[in-house]
Amino acid sequence: MEGALLTGLAGWIFGAFALVAVVCAISVVLARNPIHSALFLLVTFLMVAGIFFLESAEFVGAVQILVYAGGIMVLFLFVIMLVNVQRLPATEPYQKQIVAAVVLGFCLNVLFDSQLVLAPVAGGAAFQPDALRTAAGRLLGNSQAVAWGLYREYLLPFEIASVFLLVAIVGAVVLGRRSVEKMD
Amino acid sequence: MTITINDTLALSFLIFTIGFIGVLVRRNFLTVLMSIELMLNAVNLNLIAFSRRLSDLTGQIFSVFVITIAAGEAAIGLAIIISLYRQRKTLNVDEADTMEG
Repeated sequence: MEGALLTGLAGWIFGAFALVAVVCAISVVLARNPIHSALFLLVTFLMVAGIFFLESAEFVGAVQILVYAGGIMVLFLFVIMLVNVQRLPATEPYQKQIVAAVVLGFCLNVLFDSQLVLAPVAGGAAFQPDALRTAAGRLLGNSQAVAWGLYREYLLPFEIASVFLLVAIVGAVVLGRRSVEKMD
Repeated sequence: MTITINDTLALSFLIFTIGFIGVLVRRNFLTVLMSIELMLNAVNLNLIAFSRRLSDLTGQIFSVFVITIAAGEAAIGLAIIISLYRQRKTLNVDEADTMEG
């Protein structure tokens, strides 16, 4: 079929990943216990990583698992342990304007999807798997091809991203430390 | 089953909307941050889908940048949560109201 990203078994696997991802994403928002939210979020990340693998973005899928499922999730769980959620005063987990928020979100989704109905992305030329793996006329692995673009065409954004991470590290340390007077 | 780019975009919109609703309705600061991560992940899905559709690697490279920003944002957000918890002993976003009005 023209413009198809995935066909046959890959399409069914995509459907399964998508279903689990959506159910777990809803559970992230609904779960009362933050630890449950974090674990549902972990499953969503893994499912999205699976979709990345299916859509021939192997490097991004691996980074997704390493950084999101490995790094960010550990950070979340660490903070949940640190703040001792059980001792917090019990409050109603949802804001009062939950109905308005859900209606607004539904309208946003209808707005997005109406664009897909009114102006669907056209079929066009068939997908060429090798086009994602070529750089300078040579056939590479996906990671090599991504690195080729990252270190040549997008070198400046890459360096800016590294400086951003440095700023984030310093900011997190400054925000997270105890004040000097209290420690004395 | 045949999956077109429109199906992937619909999935990405759905996850984005769930994250959006989560940011609006939850009181717990931690869950609000998790919802923001959901929204960022939905954007990545979009980028990857277009990367495959257009047979162009740029989308994949940009999603690496998005993941970088998400990591930095999570680190800063969680540091702010710890700071808030130390000062107010709460994670409720409504209790951080010193700047209200």
